[in-house]
Amino acid sequence: MNALQQYIDLYDANREFIEQQSPALLNMSRREAREQLATARLPRKGSEDYEASDLEAVFAHDYGVNVNRLPFDADPSNTFHCDVPNMSTCLYYSSNDAFHSSATAERNIGQVVVEPFSMAAVDYPELMASYYGKLANLSDPTVALNSLLVQDGLFIYVPDGVVAERPIQLVNIFNAALDMMVQRRLLIIVGKNASIKLLACDHTQSPDYHYLNNQVIEIVAMSGSHVDFYDLEESTPKTSRVSSVYVDQHEGSNVLIDGITLINGFTRNNYHVEVNGEHAETHLLGMTIASGEQHVDSHTFISHNAPRCNSNEMFKYVLNDNAVGAFAGKILVQPNCPRVEAYQGNRNLCGAPTAKMYTKPQLEIYTDDVMCSHGSAVGQLDEDALFYMRTRGIGIDEARRLLMQAFVADVIDGVRLDALKDRLHYLVEKRFAGTLSNCAGCMAACRPTE
Amino acid sequence: MKENEKPEKGNQIIEEAAQAEYKYGFVTDIETEVIPKGLDEDVVRRISALKGEPEWLLEFRLKAYRYWLTLKAPTWGHVHVPEIDYQDISYYAAPRQKKAGEKKEIDPELKKTFDKLGIPLEEQLRLSGMAVDAVMDSVSVKTTYRERLAELGVIFCSISEAVKDYPDLVRKYLGKVVPYTDNFYAALNSAVFSDGSFVYIPKGVRCPMELSTYFRINAAQTGQFERTLIVADDDAYVSYLEGCTAPMRDENQLHAAIVEIIVEDRAEVKYSTVQNWYPGDKDGKGGIYNLVTKRGLCRGDHSKLSWTQVETGSAITWKYPSCVLKGDHSVGEFYSVALTNNWQEADTGTKMIHLGKNSTSTIVSKGISAGHSQNSYRGMVKIAPKATGCRNFTQCDSLLLSDTSGAHTFPVIEVGNDTSVVEHEATTSKINEDQIFYCNQRGIPTEDAVGLIVNGYAKEVMSKLPMEFAVEAQKLLSISLEGSVG
Repeated sequence: MNALQQYIDLYDANREFIEQQSPALLNMSRREAREQLATARLPRKGSEDYEASDLEAVFAHDYGVNVNRLPFDADPSNTFHCDVPNMSTCLYYSSNDAFHSSATAERNIGQVVVEPFSMAAVDYPELMASYYGKLANLSDPTVALNSLLVQDGLFIYVPDGVVAERPIQLVNIFNAALDMMVQRRLLIIVGKNASIKLLACDHTQSPDYHYLNNQVIEIVAMSGSHVDFYDLEESTPKTSRVSSVYVDQHEGSNVLIDGITLINGFTRNNYHVEVNGEHAETHLLGMTIASGEQHVDSHTFISHNAPRCNSNEMFKYVLNDNAVGAFAGKILVQPNCPRVEAYQGNRNLCGAPTAKMYTKPQLEIYTDDVMCSHGSAVGQLDEDALFYMRTRGIGIDEARRLLMQAFVADVIDGVRLDALKDRLHYLVEKRFAGTLSNCAGCMAACRPTE
Repeated sequence: MKENEKPEKGNQIIEEAAQAEYKYGFVTDIETEVIPKGLDEDVVRRISALKGEPEWLLEFRLKAYRYWLTLKAPTWGHVHVPEIDYQDISYYAAPRQKKAGEKKEIDPELKKTFDKLGIPLEEQLRLSGMAVDAVMDSVSVKTTYRERLAELGVIFCSISEAVKDYPDLVRKYLGKVVPYTDNFYAALNSAVFSDGSFVYIPKGVRCPMELSTYFRINAAQTGQFERTLIVADDDAYVSYLEGCTAPMRDENQLHAAIVEIIVEDRAEVKYSTVQNWYPGDKDGKGGIYNLVTKRGLCRGDHSKLSWTQVETGSAITWKYPSCVLKGDHSVGEFYSVALTNNWQEADTGTKMIHLGKNSTSTIVSKGISAGHSQNSYRGMVKIAPKATGCRNFTQCDSLLLSDTSGAHTFPVIEVGNDTSVVEHEATTSKINEDQIFYCNQRGIPTEDAVGLIVNGYAKEVMSKLPMEFAVEAQKLLSISLEGSVG
C-alpha cells in the first residue's frame, strides 16, 4: 500500500486548478516535489528515525483536501478571543489553511511584515524567491507532499535592525465538518540584528473529525538576530500533525524553539537546524504531557557547520496511560569547527505500566576541541520525595502533581516571555489536574464566545 | 611564546602516537592446507567433511548458507566496509600437523608462534595458571589443562572435538542464542564456521582457572570464521578470555565470528576480549575486517553475564556483544575501551534486552579516537513491558586526540513500563589542557601526562579485566596510542 498515492492522484487530477490559485513561486517547487514523490514511500514504524511512528498509517486515512480553496467558516476572530494576562500580542488566525488577521494585528505595523504568500509574492518577490523552499528538504516525503499541495502560507519578515515590540501570535484552528488534511506553511525571515517572538498554537474546534496538519516552517535568522518560536499544540485525540521546522542560523544569531504538546492524537515534530555562523546560539526545548492514546515523536538534528557556536537541547516527556513518546536527537559537529559546545538532554517520566518511551540521543563529532554531551533517562517519580510530601500531609495525587510540575518546570522556565511563562505554568497545572478539556480554548485561553 | 608551545608539543606527541608499531605482524612459515577459494554448497559440504561432522550439522550449515544467499550485507554501521568478494576468500585453512610422532606433540613451528605471542601452550608453564585453546586459522591447535578441568567435569575443547565427543550438548545449544537468521555475517559464519572453543561448566562448579582462547590468522587470503559456545549450568562460574592477532599484510582479511553464551540459574560468566587484529598500516592499507556477532542469554534467574572488551586492532570493527536478560534478577554488564588510530573504523557497543523482572544492566563505554579514525558507540537498551523493576545505567565517553578523527554515539532506549529506570549519558571532548598543565606543573612531562590521562580515562574498564589480561591490555593501549609516549 502507498498512502501517498491518493494525494499524488489528487494533485495530478487538479493540477491546473491548484496552480491557478497559487503564486507562481509555489508552482515552481511543485514540479520537483512531484518527481521526488514518484518514488518516495512514507516511513513505516521501525524505519530508520521512525522507531515508534508509522507515517504510512497516519496518511492512509481518507482525508479531504481543500483543493478548491472553498471558504469554510466566517472569520474565526468572531468566535475566538484571546486573553493571556499581561500579554499583548499581534494576533493572526489560520482557519484550516486560510489566513486571517485580527484587529490587534495592526500593532506592529511599520515594523514587521506578516502577510499571506499570495500578497508577499507581490510585495516581496525577491525575498520570497530567495528563501521559499530553500531550507526544506524535499527528500522527506511529508515535506514534498506539503510542497506539492500547498496553496498559501504565511510570510513573516522582520527587516534589519527592527525589534518587534509585541510578540506575534498565530492561532491555527481546525474547523471543518469533514475529515481533512491541510498543508500549513510558514516562511520567517529575520533580518540582521532584528528580533521577533512568535507564538503558534494549534487547536481543533470540532473533535468529532479527523484532521491532519502537515506543516513546514522555514526560519532564516540573519546575523545578530534573535528569534523565539513557541509552538503549542492543544488539539484533540483525532488530530494528527507532522511538522518540519528548518532553521538556518547566521553569525551571532540566537534562536529558541520551544515545542509544547499538551493534547493531541499523533504528532511528529522534526527540527532541523543548520548553524552556519560563529557565535550562534541554539536552544531547542520540548515538553510533552501525554495520556490516553496520545503519541508524540520529536526528532531533532543540529548541524554545527561553524566554529565557536553553542547549542542546548532539553526535551521532557510525562507519559501516562497508553501514551507513546519518542525522542531522537542528533548533534553533528562538522570537521574544523573547534570550540563548539553542544548539550542535549532528554528526561522522561513513565507514569503507567502501559506507557512507552523510545529515545535515541546521538552525537556525531568530527572535531576534537569540542564539549559535547547528551543525557537521557527514563524513570519514575522519586519515591522518597513522594514519601516526604506525604509525611507533610499532602495527598498522594497532589504530591504526584506537584512533582510532575516541578519536573517540567525547567522547560517552561526556558521561555523568554514572562507572561507566557506564567500562563504555561498555569496551563500545565490544569493539564495535570485533568481539568483542561479538549480544545477548551487556545493556549491563551481562547474560547468560543457564545 | 613559551605558553603557546606547550599545547603544541602535546599535540605533536599525540600525533606521534599514531605511529605505533604492530608487534604481532610476523608470519609463521608453516605448511598450511588451504582449500581453494570460493563459496558454494560444495565448499560447505567439503568443510563439513574435512571436519568429519555428523549429518545434522551439515544440514545446519546448508540451511544457513541458503539463507545467507538471500541476504545483503548491512550498511547501517558508521563504517565503510568495501564490497567483499566472497568468492575470493578461502574458507578453510589448517596448519598441517606432522602425522608422524606422538599425537600430543605439536609442531615446533606452531609452538614457537604461540610462544612468541606469549601464549603458554606447554603445561610446564603452570605458573601462568590459565587453560588455553589456541586456534590458528581454521583449526584448534591445542587445548591445555584439559585433564585437570575434566576432573571437575568442565568441558573445554575445540568445537570440532565437542561435536564428536559431546554431540548432544552442542546440538542442544548451537545456534540457540545467535540463530543463523540473525544477520548477514552470522548466516555466513553458520555456513562455513571452522573452529572455536566449546565450554561447558556443569552445575555448581566454579571453574578454578581462567579459560582462554587465542585466535591467530596466519594464512593469506583466507577468512577466519570461528564459533565459540559457552554454557554455564546452574550455579556455575567461569571467566573466559579471548585474544587475537594476525600478520601484517597489505590485503584485508575477513574475520566473522560468532560467540554464544548461555547462563543458567545463578550462574555467572565473565567474557573478556583483548582484540588486537592487525589494524592496517598508517595509510590505512591492509588490516582485518572484524565483523562479529556476540550474544549471551541470561536464561536463569539471578544469572550474570559480563562482557569486557579492549578493542585496539582491526581496520574495521563491527561488533555488539549483547545480553538477553531473560531470567528474573539477571545482570548484564558491558565494559568497553575502543581505541582507533590512523584510518581505523570502529562501530561497537551493546544491546541489553531486558525480559526478566528486576533485571539490571550496566554499560560503560570509553572511546578514544586518534589520527583519521572514526569511533562509534552504538547501543540499545530495551525494556519489555513485562520486565518490571529493571534498571540500566549507561555511560559512554569519547576522547578525541586529533582534529581529523571522529567520535559518535548512537544509543537507542526503549522503555515499555513504568517501574524501570534507564539512564544514559555521554560526553565527547579532547584531553583537558588544564589536566596536562597540572601534570606539567608537578614536573610530569607532557608525554607521560597524556599517557596517564588516557590510562586513567580507561581505568574503569581495565579494572574489570582479569589480571593477566589487564596487564596486556594496558601495554596494548600504550603501544597503540603512545608511540613515544611512556
